[in-house]
Amino acid sequence: MMTSLHSIDSLRNAIREERTTAIAVASEYYQRIQNYDGEVGAFLTLCEERAMKQAGLIDQMAAEGQPLPPLAGVPIAIKDVMVTAGVRTTAGSRILDNFIPPYDCSAVTRLEAAGAVILGKLNCDEFAMGSSNENSAYRPVHNPRDKTRVPGGSSGGSAAAVAAGMAIATLGSDTGGSIRQPASFCGVVGLKPTYGRVSRYGLIAFASSLDHIGPFANTVEEVALLLRTIAGRDPMDSTSADVAVPDYVAELVKPVKGLRVGVAKEYFAEGLSPEVRTAVEAAIQELAKLGCEIIPVSLPHTEYAISTYYIIATGEASSNLARYDGARYGFRAKSSTLSEMYRKTRDAGFGAEVKRRIMLGTYALSAGYYDAYYLKAQKVRTLIARDFKEAFRWVDVIASPTCPTTAFRLGEKSNDPMAMYLADIYTVTANLAGVPGISVPCGESSEKLPIGLQLFARHFDEATLLRVAHAYQQAKSRLQHG
Amino acid sequence: MATASAVSPEVRAKYEPVIGLEVHVQLLTESKIFCSCSTRFGSPPNSNVCPVCLGLPGALPVLNKKAVEFAVLAAMGIQCRINEVSVFARKNYFYPDLPKGYQISQYDKPIAEHGFIEIAIDGGLKKIGITRLHLEEDAGKSLHEGFADAASKTAIDLNRAGVALAEIVSEPDMRSPAEAYEYLTRLKEIILYTGVSDCNMEEGSLRCDANISVRLRGESKFGTKTEIKNVNSFRFIKQALEYEIERQIGILESGETITQETRLYNATEGKTYAMRSKEKAHDYRYFPEPDLLPLVVDEKWQADIRGGLPELPEARRSRMIQEYGITVGDAHTLTLTRAMADQFESVAAKSKNPKRIANLVQGELLGRLKAAGLELEESPISMAGVAASADLVEAGTISGKMLKDLYDLSFERKLDFEVVYEAEGRPEQSRDTASLETLADEVIAANPKQVEQYRAGKKTMIGFFVGQVMKASKGQANPQLVNEVLTKKLEA
Repeated sequence: MMTSLHSIDSLRNAIREERTTAIAVASEYYQRIQNYDGEVGAFLTLCEERAMKQAGLIDQMAAEGQPLPPLAGVPIAIKDVMVTAGVRTTAGSRILDNFIPPYDCSAVTRLEAAGAVILGKLNCDEFAMGSSNENSAYRPVHNPRDKTRVPGGSSGGSAAAVAAGMAIATLGSDTGGSIRQPASFCGVVGLKPTYGRVSRYGLIAFASSLDHIGPFANTVEEVALLLRTIAGRDPMDSTSADVAVPDYVAELVKPVKGLRVGVAKEYFAEGLSPEVRTAVEAAIQELAKLGCEIIPVSLPHTEYAISTYYIIATGEASSNLARYDGARYGFRAKSSTLSEMYRKTRDAGFGAEVKRRIMLGTYALSAGYYDAYYLKAQKVRTLIARDFKEAFRWVDVIASPTCPTTAFRLGEKSNDPMAMYLADIYTVTANLAGVPGISVPCGESSEKLPIGLQLFARHFDEATLLRVAHAYQQAKSRLQHG
Repeated sequence: MATASAVSPEVRAKYEPVIGLEVHVQLLTESKIFCSCSTRFGSPPNSNVCPVCLGLPGALPVLNKKAVEFAVLAAMGIQCRINEVSVFARKNYFYPDLPKGYQISQYDKPIAEHGFIEIAIDGGLKKIGITRLHLEEDAGKSLHEGFADAASKTAIDLNRAGVALAEIVSEPDMRSPAEAYEYLTRLKEIILYTGVSDCNMEEGSLRCDANISVRLRGESKFGTKTEIKNVNSFRFIKQALEYEIERQIGILESGETITQETRLYNATEGKTYAMRSKEKAHDYRYFPEPDLLPLVVDEKWQADIRGGLPELPEARRSRMIQEYGITVGDAHTLTLTRAMADQFESVAAKSKNPKRIANLVQGELLGRLKAAGLELEESPISMAGVAASADLVEAGTISGKMLKDLYDLSFERKLDFEVVYEAEGRPEQSRDTASLETLADEVIAANPKQVEQYRAGKKTMIGFFVGQVMKASKGQANPQLVNEVLTKKLEA
């Protein structure tokens, strides 16, 4: 194993100096996937041909002495909710079992343009609906840190692949915490950018106004590099923002001294595991030692976030998933009439959780209920966004636990949807408000399970968010190794 | 089931119909409303498609700016107020030709509202209110014939999916099928003038649904309405409404109640039929489209668009009547299309007698076009040709008969008037006094009795002699000259 090549920087240098080749690196990663993924289950589809073609191009550039792009030869894997031209894309669902998209997700296009080698597609909860990856129609993902436990969800495969060293970095999607929660459970870094920061073109929609694409990696620095690559206005996504993309990597080295870190009591509430609380409080103390000012803030509407989220998310999902009707692509059940085709296709093609959410959402949007549910939820959403706006008048970032607990056991919550929904209690607010959030490892429980520190920042201020997360990660690493 | 048994005029007179119309107009944008696919009609099935209009997973809509400008232009043409901020919404329903399972439309915040169209009815003008104009995407087409296993399968062509439409909803302000017909005629005329649609009903670029109910005269509440769909000409809409009014009155007269439902018009039978037996109000679960930002058409953009608004037909007619001394009927004919009115005005300004041009269009051109089955745009004789011919008649160079012959030749050879006139050697009516005098002498000699009458004081007999000479000259003589020669001889 070439551990020295498990960071983006060292790998790129090695390829540039021709100490190794992109093809050799990709082959090594495919070998690792073969060795470890049987037990983890992070990958749904491998695209070796595409990967090797791209690696070959990088090697040719290196051989010709051309300047290498920032992610040259970096093995990256993609959550299977982002479409890839010619490579099967399932969204973790049976209904797209045979679906081969004719086009690439914009984020994938940008990664490849930056030299990344796409290894394959990662397992996830069906249509990104879940917090444990147990809703994958194919197989559950096992947490590499403890294989009896879930990796979190819905981007469980994305977090597990990085944690198990089967990819240097991955992309996931986050609708209510689906990047940050599995990052926390698997002990890696996961970022949900500001809404509009990264194009959603080619991201299979769950809930359009809440869906975000974001990166996973072992370090904040690598996450910053990936964000720099995928961020920015895309003419194919009307909701992508025309806001300048700073050099997030260069911004990391700026000092954090004097930055104000908010701590909201609503995020240290009932149900928070004492071990998680201790670790997160210690992390906040570490930030204080780095010269940050710790300031108490309040986000008073937090308690309504889960209900608000499940009305908006399911409402949008009920509409977004209407296209899976068997008429044009994907799975179609044998049937003799049109209505039978719709019923049987959707009955057999969707899993239980997806059907539950379609029904909830259909109800919430129905005539006579719309005002009481969907419209009301939108109003509460505005209040939650206002909470953040108010808090950010006083502080630059807000620190909290990413999740109330560490990774739970497979099967532990799969029959209790409500308990499962509460796993997202500290993450959904950022989706509702559209602010960026990151999860950084901040210690372990007595059972050696990772704990995540979550940080939020103002809209489009990923630079500050990443800077604080990076400073913390550097300090913690000095503590551990020093 | 009550049928549309003949309702007596007395019974019919007790009731007042209430009609509202929903018109879909396909906008003439080159690309679709949310993607860059072509909107060309008649392409092979499923050739003008992409991930966006196919509704593939992950694809997102991006609004076509031209579609917005066209919708605003149409809205201005029908006197609507433009909403600075409008919102797209999803209309959710399952149908195989609806790729996303929802149509992107506008719901509670349309792009334009509160307009009207004035229609001429019973010698006066009546304002028909327009509730709203909104933008939306078209669906695809289900095909039931024209492919191999059509007997057992339905095919879907998504070329039309995503084509930009403006839906124009009227107030229930019309009180007869004739008013509805007039409203549609005026609406189509205005849309054509704005140039945002070709309003071609055969190709589906103008579609109309009618809401109709009846109530006893004097009643202020509306009756239960039915919606008539699938009517593909204005004439059929009028017929369908006539049928539906009688059907509804028949039902009410027999003491039954109207079922609110959608009905299809069968033009061959002249009847409407219930589309679905159990038509319930469909719950479309509208909600704001999260993939699109609210549409903002600010004052500056509105002003820019308004700059492209042409003079509208009604205003143009009034001005033309004033300016060229033509009749109301002439004005209507000459403004049938904007192109025709433009052409008329470009030649009328230089013409000695614009009224004569208008007369020739009415009297000589339109009849020939109709007989040849041609549209105005296909006329072999251009407006410039009409103007040239008018000037020749005006100057006495050619006679009316010669003009008719030259027009016939134009239609025969499919060549413009001036080309034919040149090819015929620039004919002129005869000014050869010598031969005319011979003809006049012959006519006078052959009709002694009429000569006597004339000389006895019946001066109107001159007409008879002119006619005879003209006939003898095969229409080639200049009638004024003939008159002069004859008068001289007879008075001698």
